[in-house]
Amino acid sequence: MEKIFQRLSFSSASLVLLLLIGIFTTLFIAAKPAINEFGIHFLVDPTWNKEVAVEASDTTTSKSVKNNTIMDENDIMLDEDDEDSLNTITIYGGLVPIVGTILSTLIALAFALPIAMGIAVFLAEMASETISKFVGMAIELLAAIPSIIFGMWGLYYFAPIIADTFGGYQVSLLTAGLVLGVMILPFMAAITRDSMNTTPDVLKESAYALGATKFEVVKDVIFPYSKVGIIGSIILALGRALGETMAVAFLIGAVYSLPEKITDPTISIPVAMAVNFGEASGLGESALFYLGLILFVMSFIIISFAKFYFLKKVKL
Amino acid sequence: MRLLLNKVFLMLSMFAALLGLGFLGWILATLFLEGVSSLHFSLFVKDLVDGGLRNLIVGQLILALCAGALGIPLGMLAGIYIREYDSGKYAELIRDLSDIMMSAPSIVIGAFVYAIAVAPFGGANGFAGIIALSIMMIPIIINTTDSMLSLVPKELREAGIALGASKYRVILDIVIKAAKVGIMTGILLAFARIAGETAPLLFTSETSNYFSLDLRESFPSLTVSIYNLANEPEKSSRDLAWAASFILTIMVLVINLVGRYITRNKHK
Repeated sequence: MEKIFQRLSFSSASLVLLLLIGIFTTLFIAAKPAINEFGIHFLVDPTWNKEVAVEASDTTTSKSVKNNTIMDENDIMLDEDDEDSLNTITIYGGLVPIVGTILSTLIALAFALPIAMGIAVFLAEMASETISKFVGMAIELLAAIPSIIFGMWGLYYFAPIIADTFGGYQVSLLTAGLVLGVMILPFMAAITRDSMNTTPDVLKESAYALGATKFEVVKDVIFPYSKVGIIGSIILALGRALGETMAVAFLIGAVYSLPEKITDPTISIPVAMAVNFGEASGLGESALFYLGLILFVMSFIIISFAKFYFLKKVKL
Repeated sequence: MRLLLNKVFLMLSMFAALLGLGFLGWILATLFLEGVSSLHFSLFVKDLVDGGLRNLIVGQLILALCAGALGIPLGMLAGIYIREYDSGKYAELIRDLSDIMMSAPSIVIGAFVYAIAVAPFGGANGFAGIIALSIMMIPIIINTTDSMLSLVPKELREAGIALGASKYRVILDIVIKAAKVGIMTGILLAFARIAGETAPLLFTSETSNYFSLDLRESFPSLTVSIYNLANEPEKSSRDLAWAASFILTIMVLVINLVGRYITRNKHK
């Protein structure tokens, strides 16, 4: 019985490892056709779902569709001979969703960072215990609200105000980034506060005894002490924001075009997957898996970086 | 000057806290006003095809409960292993990987489950949705079990062993009992989190307009239907989406508050 229990718990623990390997290999296999077809060029190609003629075709009319950027693609395409029977091929490139993901995450971060720091300072240093508890709980509840609610609220209430203020479209990089920022705000504030709370009271009290103001204590004692943990929590929040789907899906516009202004609509990787997976098949589906693989690797690297370099001593 | 700087800084922090609370209030107020005005008793007795939400609420609960039935024992066992049986490199690796998985993009997990449990079987099914949600849940349960077990004093285990109990008896009857409240809270919070997930269900269980208990077919889901309804142009669909969001948020927040209440009582 003892043996069975131990085996059982060992297998459950190993399941985590197997799952991660499984996710990685499955995504890779599913993305393989697209990886073979587009290679690393996928990362810098801004076209998505565009049919172009292949050189080998006997129809000359469809050649007029081509433009310069696509010509390069065709050269690559010609090396693959499995498309011989077709005279058109659909090009998929990942640049737009990749750029959209990164930009929306950066906007979210720029918006959430100062507010989250302020909240953390307020909770850790300023508020009385009762208020800190109450506000802390409210902020944590905000973190528990399903992301789809943020998306709906953002689309119908927040976006119109932003669009009126800054001009441009209601669905845009800016509104998506801001709503994403509101969403990661509580998470970021909560772990920043936890990092700040690791500062030993003795250090703070010594500083106060020397006549330091609260600002100076925060700036010169708490911040240097908990810097590592705070940076870690920022990166962790960034990792969360990268993979967020629903809050962004309502607001980013889901169009495959590079944004020229911050108020232009575009698309991010999770949204591309959410919106296009249903109707995709063949190479299109494979290209979406390729995007998923890129996202998975990106967030894996960012999160492990945060974990291993910064958060080792902070228990989350 | 120093004092002025201090004042400005404190004002800014206070302002940030108020802004954060303001957003919470704004979202909850929106949800409440929109939700209550669209809420109607008939929503709970009719299915989506007749303009109600009954099938979706039941479906979402079934998905989340089944995911819990699958994910909770696996997660707890794994947590027990890395805390009680192994204190070496392997346990450390699993702990780190599970922490990383906790923040993995949920849509990617959805795509993974699509590849292994939807595509080979020819269509969306409830089982795939359950698998996706339980994959989301396992790392959270591992994390809580692990940290709650670490709070149990070593003497308790030693006392058990000294009485001649086998290790698994000690774990199940003594250690788990001692950490029960913390683990319960963790489970409730994990449950609240997956109950509101949309992305992993989008292409695994999808959703259905009809009442269904058959997990082999596409399965009604509250969150996926909110997404679909909110994107429709008719006002009636949007009202329904708000009502559904209201019900979903109440469910999630109540589970959360219950979890917090349990721990608070423990710590008194």
